[in-house]
Amino acid sequence: MKNLVILGAGTAGTMMANHLNHHLKQPEWQITIIDEREAHHYQPGYLFLPFDIYSPEDIVKTIEEFIPKDVELIKNKINRILPTENKIELAGGKELPYDILIIATGAKIAPEETEGMKGSEWQKSVFDFYSFEGSLALRNKLREWEGGKLVVHITEMPIKCPVAPLEFAFLADSFFKHKNMRDKVEITYVTPLSGAFTKPKATQALEHLLEEKNIHIESDFAIERVDNENKEIVDYGGKVIPFDLLVTVPTNKGDELLERSGMGDDLNYVPTHKATLQSKEYNNVFVLGDASNLPASKAGSVAHFEAEILTENILRFIHGEPLKEEFDGHANCFIETGNSKALLIDFNYTHEPVEGSFPFPGLGPLRLLKESRMNHMGKLAFRWIYWNMLLKGTHIPFVSATMSESGKHYDKKTTNQSTIINQL
Amino acid sequence: METIINGFSIAVNEEGYLTDFSQWNEEVAEKLATEASIELTPRHWEVLKYLQEEHMKQAALSIRRIGKSGVVDIKEFYQLFPNAPLKTASKISGIPKPASCI
Repeated sequence: MKNLVILGAGTAGTMMANHLNHHLKQPEWQITIIDEREAHHYQPGYLFLPFDIYSPEDIVKTIEEFIPKDVELIKNKINRILPTENKIELAGGKELPYDILIIATGAKIAPEETEGMKGSEWQKSVFDFYSFEGSLALRNKLREWEGGKLVVHITEMPIKCPVAPLEFAFLADSFFKHKNMRDKVEITYVTPLSGAFTKPKATQALEHLLEEKNIHIESDFAIERVDNENKEIVDYGGKVIPFDLLVTVPTNKGDELLERSGMGDDLNYVPTHKATLQSKEYNNVFVLGDASNLPASKAGSVAHFEAEILTENILRFIHGEPLKEEFDGHANCFIETGNSKALLIDFNYTHEPVEGSFPFPGLGPLRLLKESRMNHMGKLAFRWIYWNMLLKGTHIPFVSATMSESGKHYDKKTTNQSTIINQL
Repeated sequence: METIINGFSIAVNEEGYLTDFSQWNEEVAEKLATEASIELTPRHWEVLKYLQEEHMKQAALSIRRIGKSGVVDIKEFYQLFPNAPLKTASKISGIPKPASCI
């Protein structure tokens, strides 16, 4: 019997277990998935928890209910990967051999990377919403906060779901308006990027929305430290931004397991071939989701598109066939803009988000890069899709793993240029 | 787009980054530095050379990586190239604008 081992039972790992369970059958193959946690969290829900839009029950389920019964689930801490010996060492010393390994250990916040971030004001006036605990603590704070300077802040890129902090700022605007206290809150959006987003067309649209909602933007801010005493964030260039409530996205890092195993880069992400999802160092190791160093968004939609392509590549690998160089960095994200509206963006490694319709060219019903209620309904419906289709590896109708250019309004010149650069 | 430096036509993109590294030389760097109100000292040159070497190795550049490079710490990097040091230094060294992953 051969062993395929998946590390991590989050969005990416669970999807792979479900996909591969259809193809790799006992007694020839045993699929094993390892995760030390009990619960599976719907991470996009962390954005809504602080505003009492979702409650904890909406976003937490057990890991077991999404793992097929033929797949063995081991709930144990992983000590390290021994990639030259094709073995996993669990906490306690037990070893597990593998023929194929899939790393899906994700990314998480590392506030300790920034001086003072986890200081005396942590979870008093300094919060994150990238962890369940952080998001819940922030909810309790927002329920009673009386206003002042709200600073929404990104420490450094890359981060999971790079649009989430913007969404947080938009939802905060909407939240305080509904509480009739918007005039008591000054919202500032602080980013290390030179604008609201990394891609020009989306930046334009998003900066327009920030202005419309009276959210001030501070760009090119590389934080050096959080000053807990004076309640300020200070950047390396000496810029100082005062806050009464700081909602920060700390540095994101891959799991320490990769550091212990000597397989990660300086942020513990695994160097991975961006089109095949194979590890750059070990042929029988594959990486998907937030754990890789791919220049794509760290987002559930990306893991979903990757999973469809990786399933095929694993089958090809088993049959000794060349891998398909097919993953194009496809990401599809709803951006909540408050007041029950949302934007939708659809893009990949070479094509920036533009206006248009999705998924049916010319018809929609979803609008790209434009605010609409239908997009917001899409975002809310997505939670159902996540629990009932996405994790189970069910193909989402009309949405392909690689990005479609139909129905998108590209400026011809820009598209050609970016394509050429990519080919070079 | 093109810009004229010392009588030579240099290809740049709309943000002023060189699109052909072979057109870069020290005079081009001096001119781009002056445009950014920076007077290049030997310390600046060490950092610029380091950025070029990393770029040739196809390493993704970030403030964090430069801070850990041993060539310059982040504080000094900001003193040398104020405001947005990575972008300014990349432009002067003739390499593309650093891509922040999304």
